[in-house]
Amino acid sequence: MGHRKFSTKLLLFLLTIPVLLFIFLPLLWLFSASLSTQVELFTVPPHWIPQHPSLQNYLDIFFPSEAASSVPRTFGVALLNSIKIASSVTVISLAIGSFAAYVLVRIPFKLNRTIQLGILATRMIPEVSLVIPLFIIASRLQLINKPIVLIITYMSFALPFAIWLMAAFFQSVPIELEDAARIDGCSRLGILFRVVLPISGPGLVSTAMFVFLLAWDEFFYALIFTSTLAAKTVPVAIAEFVGRYVVNITGMMAGGILAAIPPVLLALIFQRYIVGGLTAGAVKG
Amino acid sequence: MDLHRGANPPTLIGHMSSSSLPKRPPSLREQDTRIALLLLAPSLIVILGVTLWPILSTFVLSFLDAPTGINQTRTFVGLANYITMLKDQTFWETIGRTFYFTIVSVSLELILGMAIAQLIHSHPPGWKFLRFSLIIPWAVPTIVNGAMWRWIYSADFGALNGLLMQLGLIKHYVAWLSKPEYAMNLVILADLWHTVPFVALILQSALATLPEELNEAAMIDGANAFQRFFYVRLPLLRPAILVSLIIRTVEAFRVFDIVYIITFGGPAFKTITISYLTYLNSFSYNKQGIGAALSFLISFFTLAMAFIYIRILYRSEEN
Repeated sequence: MGHRKFSTKLLLFLLTIPVLLFIFLPLLWLFSASLSTQVELFTVPPHWIPQHPSLQNYLDIFFPSEAASSVPRTFGVALLNSIKIASSVTVISLAIGSFAAYVLVRIPFKLNRTIQLGILATRMIPEVSLVIPLFIIASRLQLINKPIVLIITYMSFALPFAIWLMAAFFQSVPIELEDAARIDGCSRLGILFRVVLPISGPGLVSTAMFVFLLAWDEFFYALIFTSTLAAKTVPVAIAEFVGRYVVNITGMMAGGILAAIPPVLLALIFQRYIVGGLTAGAVKG
Repeated sequence: MDLHRGANPPTLIGHMSSSSLPKRPPSLREQDTRIALLLLAPSLIVILGVTLWPILSTFVLSFLDAPTGINQTRTFVGLANYITMLKDQTFWETIGRTFYFTIVSVSLELILGMAIAQLIHSHPPGWKFLRFSLIIPWAVPTIVNGAMWRWIYSADFGALNGLLMQLGLIKHYVAWLSKPEYAMNLVILADLWHTVPFVALILQSALATLPEELNEAAMIDGANAFQRFFYVRLPLLRPAILVSLIIRTVEAFRVFDIVYIITFGGPAFKTITISYLTYLNSFSYNKQGIGAALSFLISFFTLAMAFIYIRILYRSEEN
């Protein structure tokens, strides 16, 4: 029996290896390419581990010199744009979304249920069904190529998502706490700001993480609404460089790694919140 | 079903029935309604502006002859856009391809996701590391994922060619993405890298909530591992499986980013999906009316799936 148990364990362990290889090999190849020089990358057969690894591609992005090609300079600006846009979307959708979520969970009034279903429905509407009218109005208002147009349009997926997730967290706040505060003479707004929000810290943090990831990942609106460096985000920058052989591919790989670091770190730090959020929100698939 | 605990949509909807705010003086109620509207107003205004108005506007646009551009004149053409769309052979090929992508990727995701979830659940050495690792591909941005695979598939210097050559499986480098018979499947493979971990994470957390006693009871009754999986665990996982199935189907049906970055729809438009066709009509072919009709079709499919999703969640709530 003991022997059999050992061989089962060994077999199961061996089964984890292909899964881990499928996860990590592509990433390691990407990382290895980002440390290579252009010349070394263009070798047949490929050098799996660069013979002359250097951080030059990363340094070029952070400290663009005159000699650097347009790739690292574009990435530097695009990373800043992405940070600016994703953070603004996170802050705004959390601020106004948590008010709405609280109302939907705790304050009974006539249209409550209708609004709940409406928000659930809007969460399912694909971006492609909204983009044409948004594009027309953005052109009329001359908002194309301005970060604000992405901050506004990203609300179409970020806000319903934030409301939905925050509502689930508010639901778990014990109603007795609120009743007690009310008996002590606390007003509705007082309850929200002094009781509910302060103890919903973990909910706010994990909702913020999800919204930030969604906004960071977004590509379609960014592709339609931005084409200059003024508002171009990282995904658009990558998409533009992909397919052009003349450009600095190793620089692009470094840019790709840098673009992946913030969401991966956030997800690993907050991993225990992820599954609950995935099932509730599940917008990012 | 403990899976949805803490983040459960149906509880939110079902809340009113079990409202914990009983008899309260009407004046307070009125005050509450006013505060409710005040707190809801910013969100409702934003949703009205960026979702409700655009979707209605898209619907109207789908009945107009609408060339792209801001000062173009638009004329009412009735169902002409829909008829043009339905008569176009490209449309039907695209629909077929989108269904191919959806069916192949979603079924592989569920099978592989379930296998990995089950693997983690049987706690082999290093299972915690495996679960931790699954988060990484899920969190990598789609465009980075796509660019990475595009480079792996590269005809001249790609890792796939290099690897297969060193293993002696191919004699010459192959231009994988130029071959229609490979291109779509390679896009699916890249998508799986990102989505299998997602499904595995959901199913694994559902498995973790199943009571261990059931498994032991079945074992005492003489059920083998195979029977215990198919007759004990699988039926209990039904809600989690259905949720991932629907979420993934909706997303696969509207796939755009990963196709755009890996193939740009090529070779010879052989990887164009329905969202891609909508994008081309609206922003390259100068036909926003057709684009609107197409996008409305995607919304319709999505909302139908959403409806099923809500029904299932309600039912699992009732149990």
